[in-house]
Amino acid sequence: MTMPANVRRRGMTRKQKRLVVIGGLAVVIAIATALVLTALRDQIVFFYAPSDVVAREVAPGQPIRLGGLVKDGSWMRDGQENVFVITDGGQEIVAHYVGILPDLFREGQGVVAEGSLGTDGRFEATNVLAKHDENYIPKEVVEALKAQGEWRPEAAGQ
Amino acid sequence: MSIELGHFALVLAFAISVVSAVGGLTLWRRGERLSAVLGQAAVLQFVLVALAFLAVVHAFVVSDFSLALAANHSHSLKPLIFKISGVWGNHEGSMLLWVLILVLFGALVAAFGRSLPSDLSNLVLGTQSLLTAAFSGFTLFTSNPFVRLSPAPLEGGDLNPVLQDIGLAIHPPLLYAGYVGFSICFSFAIAALVSGRIDQAWARWVRPWTMLSWTFLTLGIAMGSYWAYYELGWGGWWFWDPVENASFMPWLAGTALLHSALVMEKRNALKIWTIFLAIITFSLSLLGTFLVRSGILTSVHTFASDPTRGLVILTILALLIGGAFLLFAIRSPALRQGGLFAPISREGALILNNLFLATAVGAVLVGTLYPLLLDALTGTTISVGAPFFNFTFGALMAPLLLVLPFGPLLAWKRADLVAAGQRLMGFAALAIFLAILISALAGNSISLVPIGLLLGFWVSFGAVAEVIERSRLGRIPLAESLRRLAGLSRSIWSTAIGHLGLGLTVLGIVSVSAWETELVTTLNPGESAELAGSNIAFDSFEQSEGANYLADAGRFTVTAPDGGTAELVAERRTYVASGMPTTEAAIQTYGLSQLYLQLGEPLDDTHVVRVWHKPYILLIWLGTLVMAVAGVLSLTDRRIRLGAPQSRQKLSLGATR
Repeated sequence: MTMPANVRRRGMTRKQKRLVVIGGLAVVIAIATALVLTALRDQIVFFYAPSDVVAREVAPGQPIRLGGLVKDGSWMRDGQENVFVITDGGQEIVAHYVGILPDLFREGQGVVAEGSLGTDGRFEATNVLAKHDENYIPKEVVEALKAQGEWRPEAAGQ
Repeated sequence: MSIELGHFALVLAFAISVVSAVGGLTLWRRGERLSAVLGQAAVLQFVLVALAFLAVVHAFVVSDFSLALAANHSHSLKPLIFKISGVWGNHEGSMLLWVLILVLFGALVAAFGRSLPSDLSNLVLGTQSLLTAAFSGFTLFTSNPFVRLSPAPLEGGDLNPVLQDIGLAIHPPLLYAGYVGFSICFSFAIAALVSGRIDQAWARWVRPWTMLSWTFLTLGIAMGSYWAYYELGWGGWWFWDPVENASFMPWLAGTALLHSALVMEKRNALKIWTIFLAIITFSLSLLGTFLVRSGILTSVHTFASDPTRGLVILTILALLIGGAFLLFAIRSPALRQGGLFAPISREGALILNNLFLATAVGAVLVGTLYPLLLDALTGTTISVGAPFFNFTFGALMAPLLLVLPFGPLLAWKRADLVAAGQRLMGFAALAIFLAILISALAGNSISLVPIGLLLGFWVSFGAVAEVIERSRLGRIPLAESLRRLAGLSRSIWSTAIGHLGLGLTVLGIVSVSAWETELVTTLNPGESAELAGSNIAFDSFEQSEGANYLADAGRFTVTAPDGGTAELVAERRTYVASGMPTTEAAIQTYGLSQLYLQLGEPLDDTHVVRVWHKPYILLIWLGTLVMAVAGVLSLTDRRIRLGAPQSRQKLSLGATR
C-alpha cells in the first residue's frame, strides 16, 4: 500500500508526516490482526465424530460440531423435542434438539449438529444441518465415516 | 440439432477469444485498425455464446431430455419459469451463464468504449478475451453442457426443489453480473499496467464499470440473502457461510475500489493502490467462483461436483491472478504518484475508508480460508462460524461507520475537521438521543445495542446532513435552498443516498439482532399461541396439490396487536419427481417487520410450529435497494457516462452548471 502524505505544513516535515500516516496504518492493521487472532483462538468450533468426542474427552459446555449418521430407529419425537443417536460406527452419542429438524433429516443419513455436551453426556444441539439434496453428504461426515471404516457409498445413495 | 449448433457456437466463440486474446495482447500498439477487429470479435463472441446459451434454454423449455443436462436437472411438469432458470441451477449451466455475462461485458466495452484510446481499448478487449478463453475453455473441456444422452429418457430427474423458486431466476444472474462485471476493472488494470497509461482519464473510464458491477453485486447479494431467508426456513438472513463470504469479499473490495477510484479521478492520487484493488476485486470474484464451483465447500450452492474440475479452476485462478500480480510487481514501481494532500482531507477520509474495508476483506478472507487450509495441512476439521465474523467484522466496521459522515463534508486536499464536526454536531446529538431513547424504551442496558443503533442513525443522518449542508437549508430562504437542492450534482445525491442506504441496513441488522423473538411449540388445529403480542391460531391442516408437488398445508390466522388479522399458509411440499421434501415458510409483513412461521413434519397428528417475530427486518434489504438506487443514479451522472471522457474544463463547467 502506498499512501502519499507528502504535503508540507508547518511543524512537520514531509518525512515525518509520511511516518505518521504509515504508523497509523500499521497500528490499525496490527489491531485488526490481534482481533483476528484472538477471535480465531476463542471462536472456532471443532468438528468431531462421536469417536473423537470420546477419545479426546471433550469437556461439557465446549461448543463443537458433531457429525455422523443418525442411527436407525433412534429418532424419538415428543412435540418439539427431538432425541436421536449420532453414530460413526464406533461410538454413539445421544443428541437432543428442540425445534423443527431440517427436511432431509432421516434415520440412516448423514447429519451435522452444532451444540455442546451436557454434564449428563447428552449432546444438546442448538442447530442441526442435514443435506441440501439427496445426493449430497457433508464432506466432514464422509471423512469421519471413512476413518471408522463405515463408509459405504452405495448405501449412502451416492 | 439446435444443441449441436449451440455446441458449435461455443467452440467457435472459444476459438475467436483465443485469437483475440493473443492478437490484442501482442499487437496492441497497432492502433485503430486492430481496435475495430477486436471490437467486432467481442460482439461476435457475445452473439455466439448467446446462441449457445439459447440452445440450452430451448432444450430445457421443450423438455428435450436427450440433452444430459436437461435430463438431469429438468422435468416436463415444471412451470416454464423454473424450466428456464433451471438452466443455471447446476454446475455446467451456471458456468455457461458466467461466460455469457463475461462476453456481454466485453461487447459492452466494445460498444460504449469507442472513445477509448486505441491502445488501451486493444489491451482491455485482449484481456477480456483471455478471460473468455479461459472460462469458455473450462466449460467446454471439463463441464460441457451439450452432452447428449442416447437413448433419451422419457422424463427428467427434476431440479432440486429448493431451487424451484423465483429466486433462482433473479439471484444468480444479478450476482454473476456483479462478480463478472469486475472483470472489466481487471482488464482495465492490466491494460493500464501494460501500456503505462494510468491517469485521471483511466479512473474516469473505470469508475462507471465499477459502479455498474457494484450495483449488480449489491442487488445479487441482497436477493440471495432474502431468498435464503424465506426459502431455507432457517429464519436467518446471513449465516457467514463460506459461499456468502465469497460474494461478500468482492463486494467489500469493490466498495473500496469505488472510493479509491474517486480519489484517483479527482486528485490523480492513490494510483497504485487503485490498480491493486481492481486486480484484487476480480481475483476475489474468481476465488468465489473457485470456492463455489470446485465442491470443496459444504453449502447450498455446491452441486455434486467432480474434483478434477476444482483443480482446473485452481490452475486457471493461479495463472490469472499470479500473472496479474507479477505484472503489477514489475510495472507498478514505474508509476508516478501525484496529487498531494494533508492527512485531514477528503482524500484522507477515503484512505481511511479503504483501510478499514481492505482490513475487513482480510479478516473475512482469513475466516473463510483458515478452515480449508487447516484441513488441507493438518487434517483437523474446524468451522469458523458467525461468532468469529461478528466479532472481527463488527469491530472493524464500527470505526468506519463512525468516521463515515465526516468524509463527504471534508474538502479535497486540506480540510477543517472542526468545522465539519460543528456542522454534524446537531445530527450527532439527535442520533445519540434516539439511540438512548429506543434502548431505554426497549429495556436494553449498556450493551452493543445502543452502540449499533447509534452508528445506524449517525450514518443515516450524516447522509441527510450532507444534502442539507449543501443546500444551506434553514440558513437562506427556502426557495433558494430548494433551487440549490435541485442543482446538486447527481454524484452528490448518489453519495448521500448510498450512505443513507448503508445506515438503514445497519439499523435493520441491529434491530433484528437485538429484538427478534422466537417460539417453538406443539400446536394442533384449533389451538393458538402468542408471540410478540400477536395471536397465532392454527385453523386447519389439509393436503393440496401444486403443479409438480403435493403439499401438507397448515392454515393459520394471525391477529396482530392492533387487531388486524391475516391468513397464513405454511406448507411442507413433497416433489413428485424427486420425492424430495421442502418447507415453505409463511411470512406476514407488518410495515417493516415480519412474522415468520414454519410448520414441522406431523407426527401422529401432532404438529410443531416455529414462529419468529422479526422487527424492522425489511430495513436490511430496503437499505441495499437504496444503495443500488444510488449506484444507478451515479451511472446517469453526465460526468461519468460510460466510457465517454470529457476534458477537465468541461468537467468543471458541468459541476457548476
